[in-house]
Amino acid sequence: MTATTMRVGQRANLFADRNFKWLVIAPSIIVLLVVGIYPLVYTGIVSFQQITMMEEDTSWAGFMNYAALFSDGRLWESFGHTFLILAIALPIELVLGLLMAQLFLEKLPGKQVFIALLIIPTVISPIVAGSTWRLMFDNQYGPVNQIIGWFAGEPTAILWITRPEWVYPAILICEVWQWTPFMFLILLAALSNVDRSLIEAAEIDGASFWKIFFRITLPVIRPVMVIAILIRALDLFRIFDIIWAMTKGGPGSITETISIYTYIRAFKEFETSYAGAIAFLVIILLSVIVIFALKRVEIAR
Amino acid sequence: MSDAAIHRKPLFGRTRRRMTARFAVAVLILIIFLFPVYWLFITSLKSAAEIFARPPVWYPAEFNLRTFAVLFKDGDVWAIYNSLIIASVSTVVAMVLGTAAAYSLARFKTGGQNLAIWIISQRMIPPIVIVFPVFLMFVWFGWIDSYVGLILLYIAFNLPYVIWMMRGYIEDIPIEVEESALTDGCSRWQALRKIVFPMARTGIFATAVFTFIFAWNEFVFAMILTRTEVLTFPVLVTHYYGAQSTFWAKIAALSVLGTLPVFFAVATLQRFLVRGISMGAVKG
Repeated sequence: MTATTMRVGQRANLFADRNFKWLVIAPSIIVLLVVGIYPLVYTGIVSFQQITMMEEDTSWAGFMNYAALFSDGRLWESFGHTFLILAIALPIELVLGLLMAQLFLEKLPGKQVFIALLIIPTVISPIVAGSTWRLMFDNQYGPVNQIIGWFAGEPTAILWITRPEWVYPAILICEVWQWTPFMFLILLAALSNVDRSLIEAAEIDGASFWKIFFRITLPVIRPVMVIAILIRALDLFRIFDIIWAMTKGGPGSITETISIYTYIRAFKEFETSYAGAIAFLVIILLSVIVIFALKRVEIAR
Repeated sequence: MSDAAIHRKPLFGRTRRRMTARFAVAVLILIIFLFPVYWLFITSLKSAAEIFARPPVWYPAEFNLRTFAVLFKDGDVWAIYNSLIIASVSTVVAMVLGTAAAYSLARFKTGGQNLAIWIISQRMIPPIVIVFPVFLMFVWFGWIDSYVGLILLYIAFNLPYVIWMMRGYIEDIPIEVEESALTDGCSRWQALRKIVFPMARTGIFATAVFTFIFAWNEFVFAMILTRTEVLTFPVLVTHYYGAQSTFWAKIAALSVLGTLPVFFAVATLQRFLVRGISMGAVKG
């Protein structure tokens, strides 16, 4: 037996203890089954019944709740609101993050201090972030209107939180403020993996900035960028905290996202079965994206 | 080649100017991103008259700690204490369970790739989707508004993250070191205690800090599963939004108290920040 085969044989022995490997992972799997699978199964069952606050009707309702989903305008509006926020916030966060990462890529005095301070918005509680911006946007006492007033040359009193046309910019500014540093930090790390000598060689050859970016930089940072986008997209899909702190879904229902609408149906109106159907719809939609996303992450590892 | 060398000299002066310009832009960006944080902090230190002044007061005349005193006197800081207990205990348990599971995944490839993916996919489910059955389960057990309920839920909620991150950190340790210890007669437990844990020390620490922050900041579960006894600080912040009036001073002061621990946590993380927030996608 050669040395190599002996080593392989040993490894098989040392790390093939079937009892041990399942023993140490079992507690975690049990916890995840109880908190992960049980609610899914329960939600699935309930969504086929007719439970509301008024009556505990557990009789089989077939696809009644699911059929009702299609004619529920407020539900589809909440989907629309969610995707609107996602479609606007995510590209802005990505582009701003990338620009900031470019800025901080080269040597800069006090770079580490800058980075440490810039990450602050991302790590604070979204409820605190939302509250802070609600304070900033206050139409009478907030600094935002005041600053706009300086530029406009006259006192401004925009009703950021209560006017339908201003509430989305307000929410988006808060969301972009909180999560651009996340993109920035990840993209900065990705960019520093790009081979500098390749870029310098291309510069000497007279390649334009954009050509260098698309031909050399982007291919290197793409895997990490995709993961950062997926993490943010999944977070944005379930956005709740920031909006709850700023508007609670208002004015009216104009900033209700899927999560907020589900919460209202389940916990304010106690439409248990109907909320179950919404939840299940969300799970089905997400599962597809999540599995796809995770395969990417797993490949990148 | 000599062409490039000639070009180098004048470039140097330009680089200096560019550096100054970049530094100026960096400072501007920093001011924009930190101004809201500054505003939150000074609001917590303003007097009532200053909070409701028009035009707004850009810096308080004196640091007024009265709002904080009120929070302490009224017992509202209890929410910070609750957050501390719930986040700490759930972090410790999640780290113990998760690191054990991660070791199994990293070294034994238990369940193959699919088990690992299933575990992390549990984290992607929106809280709102699972919270209703959990709510009913907690009503049944009498766990609504109790430490044990929220702690158990946060353990489960953070477990996938811990397992996923710790698997990466353990995989970073060369398996040969462990093998030679095992062949030299170390027991599995000795190998873990003397080799794996010390070598994964920084990874364990970074993961624990992140887990703590997630639990500390969590809102949806906490709002739905607590009433009055074990309110965590983000939930109490939202209670200050009244139908008639909003208690800005209290909102700001409690937010500041709830944000300070996160500042310190992040300050200790520097090197692992990127890896932690990118779920291990960037090894940094």
